[in-house]
Amino acid sequence: MSPSSRPGAEAFPTPARNPDLTLHMLSDPRFLSGARSLLSSVAEKTGLSSTSCAQVALAVDEALCNVIRHGYQRRTDAPIWVKLWLLSSDSRGPGIRIVIEDEAQQVDPCEIKSRDLADIRPGGLGVHIIKEVMDFAEYEKRSPTGMRLTLVKYDGPSPDRAASGDAS
Amino acid sequence: MADQPGLTVKFEQIGKAAVVTPQGEIAYSEAPQFRQWLKKAQEARPERIVVDLSAIAYMNTPGVATLVEALQIAKKNKYRLILVGLSTNVRAVFEVARLHTVFEIVETRDAALA
Repeated sequence: MSPSSRPGAEAFPTPARNPDLTLHMLSDPRFLSGARSLLSSVAEKTGLSSTSCAQVALAVDEALCNVIRHGYQRRTDAPIWVKLWLLSSDSRGPGIRIVIEDEAQQVDPCEIKSRDLADIRPGGLGVHIIKEVMDFAEYEKRSPTGMRLTLVKYDGPSPDRAASGDAS
Repeated sequence: MADQPGLTVKFEQIGKAAVVTPQGEIAYSEAPQFRQWLKKAQEARPERIVVDLSAIAYMNTPGVATLVEALQIAKKNKYRLILVGLSTNVRAVFEVARLHTVFEIVETRDAALA
Protein backbone atom coordinates (compact mmCIF):
# COMPACT_ATOMS: atom_id res chain seq x y z
CA MET A 1 0.00 0.00 0.00
CA SER A 2 1.40 3.35 -0.95
CA PRO A 3 1.45 6.13 1.65
CA SER A 4 -1.15 8.05 -0.36
CA SER A 5 -3.68 5.23 -0.03
CA ARG A 6 -3.39 4.97 3.73
CA PRO A 7 -6.17 6.06 6.11
CA GLY A 8 -6.64 9.81 6.36
CA ALA A 9 -6.83 12.18 9.30
CA GLU A 10 -10.31 10.94 10.27
CA ALA A 11 -8.74 7.62 11.25
CA PHE A 12 -6.37 9.38 13.67
CA PRO A 13 -8.44 11.92 15.63
CA THR A 14 -6.70 14.38 17.91
CA PRO A 15 -6.94 13.21 21.56
CA ALA A 16 -9.27 15.33 23.67
CA ARG A 17 -6.62 16.03 26.27
CA ASN A 18 -3.43 17.96 26.66
CA PRO A 19 -0.23 16.34 25.41
CA ASP A 20 1.35 13.78 27.70
CA LEU A 21 4.72 15.37 27.01
CA THR A 22 5.79 18.69 25.48
CA LEU A 23 9.35 19.50 24.43
CA HIS A 24 10.19 23.12 23.64
CA MET A 25 13.53 23.26 21.87
CA LEU A 26 15.54 25.68 19.77
CA SER A 27 16.34 24.97 16.14
CA ASP A 28 19.90 24.10 17.08
CA PRO A 29 21.23 20.86 15.54
CA ARG A 30 22.97 20.06 18.82
CA PHE A 31 19.57 19.18 20.28
CA LEU A 32 18.56 16.75 17.53
CA SER A 33 20.20 13.70 19.04
CA GLY A 34 18.67 14.36 22.46
CA ALA A 35 15.19 14.93 21.04
CA ARG A 36 15.46 11.75 19.02
CA SER A 37 16.60 9.74 22.03
CA LEU A 38 13.83 11.15 24.23
CA LEU A 39 11.08 10.28 21.77
CA SER A 40 12.53 6.84 21.13
CA SER A 41 12.81 6.15 24.85
CA VAL A 42 9.22 7.19 25.49
CA ALA A 43 8.04 5.05 22.58
CA GLU A 44 9.91 2.10 24.02
CA LYS A 45 8.33 2.59 27.46
CA THR A 46 4.94 2.77 25.76
CA GLY A 47 5.48 -0.76 24.56
CA LEU A 48 6.27 -0.17 20.90
CA SER A 49 8.59 -2.73 19.32
CA SER A 50 12.23 -1.87 18.81
CA THR A 51 11.59 -1.59 15.08
CA SER A 52 8.73 0.86 15.64
CA CYS A 53 10.83 2.87 18.11
CA ALA A 54 13.65 3.16 15.56
CA GLN A 55 11.13 4.28 12.93
CA VAL A 56 9.63 6.90 15.26
CA ALA A 57 13.11 8.22 16.07
CA LEU A 58 14.04 8.39 12.39
CA ALA A 59 10.82 10.16 11.40
CA VAL A 60 11.13 12.74 14.17
CA ASP A 61 14.79 13.33 13.32
CA GLU A 62 14.03 13.81 9.64
CA ALA A 63 11.16 16.15 10.46
CA LEU A 64 13.26 18.28 12.81
CA CYS A 65 16.10 18.40 10.26
CA ASN A 66 13.63 19.69 7.67
CA VAL A 67 12.34 22.38 10.04
CA ILE A 68 15.89 23.57 10.77
CA ARG A 69 17.22 23.37 7.23
CA HIS A 70 14.24 24.37 5.11
CA GLY A 71 11.85 26.07 7.52
CA TYR A 72 14.28 28.18 9.46
CA GLN A 73 17.05 28.27 6.82
CA ARG A 74 19.55 26.91 9.39
CA ARG A 75 18.80 29.54 12.04
CA THR A 76 19.67 28.05 15.43
CA ASP A 77 17.59 30.26 17.72
CA ALA A 78 14.05 29.66 16.53
CA PRO A 79 11.42 27.72 18.47
CA ILE A 80 10.23 24.18 17.81
CA TRP A 81 7.58 22.40 19.87
CA VAL A 82 7.29 18.63 19.98
CA LYS A 83 4.07 17.36 21.59
CA LEU A 84 3.42 13.73 22.32
CA TRP A 85 0.36 11.67 23.20
CA LEU A 86 0.48 8.03 24.20
CA LEU A 87 -2.15 5.97 22.40
CA SER A 88 -3.64 2.54 22.83
CA SER A 89 -5.89 0.56 20.54
CA ASP A 90 -7.51 -2.81 21.17
CA SER A 91 -6.79 -3.90 17.64
CA ARG A 92 -3.47 -2.21 17.01
CA GLY A 93 -1.78 -2.20 20.38
CA PRO A 94 0.27 0.68 21.74
CA GLY A 95 0.82 3.77 19.67
CA ILE A 96 2.19 7.26 19.73
CA ARG A 97 1.04 10.58 18.31
CA ILE A 98 3.60 13.33 17.78
CA VAL A 99 2.91 16.88 16.69
CA ILE A 100 5.85 19.07 15.63
CA GLU A 101 5.16 22.80 15.37
CA ASP A 102 7.32 25.73 14.33
CA GLU A 103 7.14 29.41 13.46
CA ALA A 104 8.92 29.08 10.15
CA GLN A 105 7.72 30.48 6.85
CA GLN A 106 4.49 28.80 5.81
CA VAL A 107 4.36 26.70 2.68
CA ASP A 108 1.47 25.02 0.92
CA PRO A 109 1.31 21.49 2.40
CA CYS A 110 0.70 20.19 -1.12
CA GLU A 111 4.18 21.42 -2.01
CA ILE A 112 5.76 19.21 0.66
CA LYS A 113 6.19 15.90 -1.08
CA SER A 114 8.79 13.23 -1.55
CA ARG A 115 10.75 13.08 -4.76
CA ASP A 116 10.76 10.35 -7.37
CA LEU A 117 12.95 7.62 -5.87
CA ALA A 118 14.02 6.53 -9.34
CA ASP A 119 15.88 9.80 -9.56
CA ILE A 120 19.07 8.85 -7.72
CA ARG A 121 20.50 12.03 -6.26
CA PRO A 122 21.42 13.43 -2.84
CA GLY A 123 18.65 15.05 -0.82
CA GLY A 124 14.88 15.09 -0.88
CA LEU A 125 14.45 11.77 0.88
CA GLY A 126 13.31 12.96 4.30
CA VAL A 127 9.62 13.43 3.50
CA HIS A 128 9.48 10.07 1.77
CA ILE A 129 10.99 8.34 4.79
CA ILE A 130 8.64 10.09 7.21
CA LYS A 131 5.57 9.01 5.22
CA GLU A 132 6.88 5.54 4.68
CA VAL A 133 7.71 4.60 8.27
CA MET A 134 4.74 6.27 10.01
CA ASP A 135 1.09 5.19 9.80
CA PHE A 136 0.02 8.79 9.35
CA ALA A 137 1.91 11.96 8.48
CA GLU A 138 0.24 15.23 7.62
CA TYR A 139 1.58 18.75 7.17
CA GLU A 140 -0.66 21.77 7.68
CA LYS A 141 -0.32 25.48 8.21
CA ARG A 142 -0.30 26.51 11.83
CA SER A 143 -2.19 29.56 13.07
CA PRO A 144 -1.05 32.29 13.12
CA THR A 145 2.40 31.36 11.82
CA GLY A 146 4.51 28.36 11.02
CA MET A 147 3.80 24.77 10.13
CA ARG A 148 2.49 21.73 11.95
CA LEU A 149 3.37 18.11 11.23
CA THR A 150 1.25 15.37 12.82
CA LEU A 151 2.71 11.87 13.02
CA VAL A 152 1.02 8.70 14.27
CA LYS A 153 2.55 5.28 14.71
CA TYR A 154 0.95 2.11 16.09
CA ASP A 155 2.75 -1.13 16.65
CA GLY A 156 0.14 -3.16 14.81
CA PRO A 157 -0.86 -2.63 11.19
CA SER A 158 -3.83 -0.44 10.39
CA PRO A 159 -6.95 -2.39 9.36
CA ASP A 160 -6.49 -1.35 5.74
CA ARG A 161 -2.85 -2.37 5.69
CA ALA A 162 -3.55 -5.70 7.37
CA ALA A 163 -6.31 -6.44 4.85
CA SER A 164 -3.94 -5.79 1.97
CA GLY A 165 -1.25 -7.96 3.53
CA ASP A 166 1.06 -4.97 3.82
CA ALA A 167 2.33 -5.04 7.37
CA SER A 168 5.75 -3.55 6.71
CA MET B 1 39.04 17.98 9.90
CA ALA B 2 37.60 18.70 13.31
CA ASP B 3 35.58 15.84 14.71
CA GLN B 4 31.96 16.40 15.67
CA PRO B 5 31.26 14.92 19.12
CA GLY B 6 29.11 12.18 17.62
CA LEU B 7 31.54 11.01 14.95
CA THR B 8 35.14 9.92 14.57
CA VAL B 9 36.54 8.74 11.25
CA LYS B 10 39.53 6.55 10.42
CA PHE B 11 41.09 6.68 6.95
CA GLU B 12 43.39 4.00 5.55
CA GLN B 13 44.85 3.07 2.21
CA ILE B 14 44.97 -0.69 1.77
CA GLY B 15 46.52 -1.64 -1.55
CA LYS B 16 44.66 0.36 -4.15
CA ALA B 17 41.62 0.78 -1.94
CA ALA B 18 40.78 3.77 0.24
CA VAL B 19 38.98 2.62 3.36
CA VAL B 20 36.87 5.05 5.36
CA THR B 21 35.69 3.82 8.76
CA PRO B 22 33.34 6.20 10.59
CA GLN B 23 32.34 5.50 14.18
CA GLY B 24 29.31 6.92 15.99
CA GLU B 25 26.42 8.42 14.06
CA ILE B 26 26.05 10.25 10.76
CA ALA B 27 23.16 12.69 10.97
CA TYR B 28 22.60 16.38 10.28
CA SER B 29 25.57 17.64 12.31
CA GLU B 30 28.04 14.96 11.32
CA ALA B 31 27.34 14.70 7.57
CA PRO B 32 29.61 17.64 6.56
CA GLN B 33 32.56 16.08 8.38
CA PHE B 34 31.85 12.70 6.82
CA ARG B 35 31.74 14.34 3.39
CA GLN B 36 35.21 15.79 3.98
CA TRP B 37 36.61 12.35 4.74
CA LEU B 38 35.00 10.91 1.63
CA LYS B 39 36.55 13.75 -0.35
CA LYS B 40 39.95 12.82 1.05
CA ALA B 41 39.36 9.24 -0.08
CA GLN B 42 38.39 10.46 -3.55
CA GLU B 43 41.51 12.59 -3.80
CA ALA B 44 43.64 9.49 -3.17
CA ARG B 45 42.48 8.29 -6.63
CA PRO B 46 41.80 4.73 -5.47
CA GLU B 47 40.53 1.84 -7.54
CA ARG B 48 37.78 1.51 -4.99
CA ILE B 49 36.50 3.24 -1.89
CA VAL B 50 35.34 1.02 0.94
CA VAL B 51 33.10 2.62 3.55
CA ASP B 52 32.97 0.42 6.63
CA LEU B 53 29.75 1.33 8.45
CA SER B 54 29.91 -1.44 11.04
CA ALA B 55 30.50 1.08 13.86
CA ILE B 56 27.70 3.40 12.81
CA ALA B 57 24.74 3.05 15.14
CA TYR B 58 22.55 5.64 13.44
CA MET B 59 22.29 7.32 10.07
CA ASN B 60 19.58 9.50 8.57
CA THR B 61 19.11 11.14 5.20
CA PRO B 62 21.92 13.74 5.48
CA GLY B 63 24.31 10.80 5.88
CA VAL B 64 22.68 8.84 3.08
CA ALA B 65 22.79 11.89 0.80
CA THR B 66 26.53 12.17 1.41
CA LEU B 67 26.99 8.58 0.26
CA VAL B 68 24.76 9.11 -2.79
CA GLU B 69 26.94 12.06 -3.72
CA ALA B 70 30.08 9.92 -3.28
CA LEU B 71 28.53 7.18 -5.41
CA GLN B 72 27.84 9.61 -8.22
CA ILE B 73 31.46 10.81 -8.12
CA ALA B 74 32.67 7.20 -8.11
CA LYS B 75 30.59 6.34 -11.17
CA LYS B 76 31.75 9.44 -12.97
CA ASN B 77 35.39 8.55 -12.28
CA LYS B 78 34.85 4.85 -12.94
CA TYR B 79 35.80 3.32 -9.60
CA ARG B 80 33.76 1.31 -7.13
CA LEU B 81 32.19 2.51 -3.90
CA ILE B 82 31.46 -0.38 -1.58
CA LEU B 83 29.52 -0.23 1.68
CA VAL B 84 30.30 -2.74 4.42
CA GLY B 85 28.73 -3.81 7.69
CA LEU B 86 25.38 -2.04 7.71
CA SER B 87 23.49 -2.51 10.97
CA THR B 88 19.81 -3.41 10.86
CA ASN B 89 18.76 0.19 11.48
CA VAL B 90 21.14 1.67 8.92
CA ARG B 91 20.15 -0.91 6.32
CA ALA B 92 16.50 -0.09 7.00
CA VAL B 93 17.09 3.54 6.01
CA PHE B 94 18.63 2.44 2.70
CA GLU B 95 15.74 0.06 2.11
CA VAL B 96 13.05 2.65 2.84
CA ALA B 97 14.82 5.03 0.44
CA ARG B 98 15.04 2.18 -2.12
CA LEU B 99 18.79 2.68 -2.27
CA HIS B 100 19.87 -0.79 -1.13
CA THR B 101 19.86 -1.95 -4.75
CA VAL B 102 21.72 1.10 -5.99
CA PHE B 103 24.78 0.70 -3.77
CA GLU B 104 27.21 -2.21 -3.77
CA ILE B 105 26.75 -3.57 -0.23
CA VAL B 106 28.73 -6.47 1.21
CA GLU B 107 28.85 -8.08 4.61
CA THR B 108 32.56 -8.00 5.45
CA ARG B 109 35.57 -5.81 4.88
CA ASP B 110 37.42 -8.81 3.42
CA ALA B 111 34.72 -9.19 0.80
CA ALA B 112 34.97 -5.50 -0.03
CA LEU B 113 38.74 -5.69 -0.44
CA ALA B 114 38.80 -8.99 -2.36
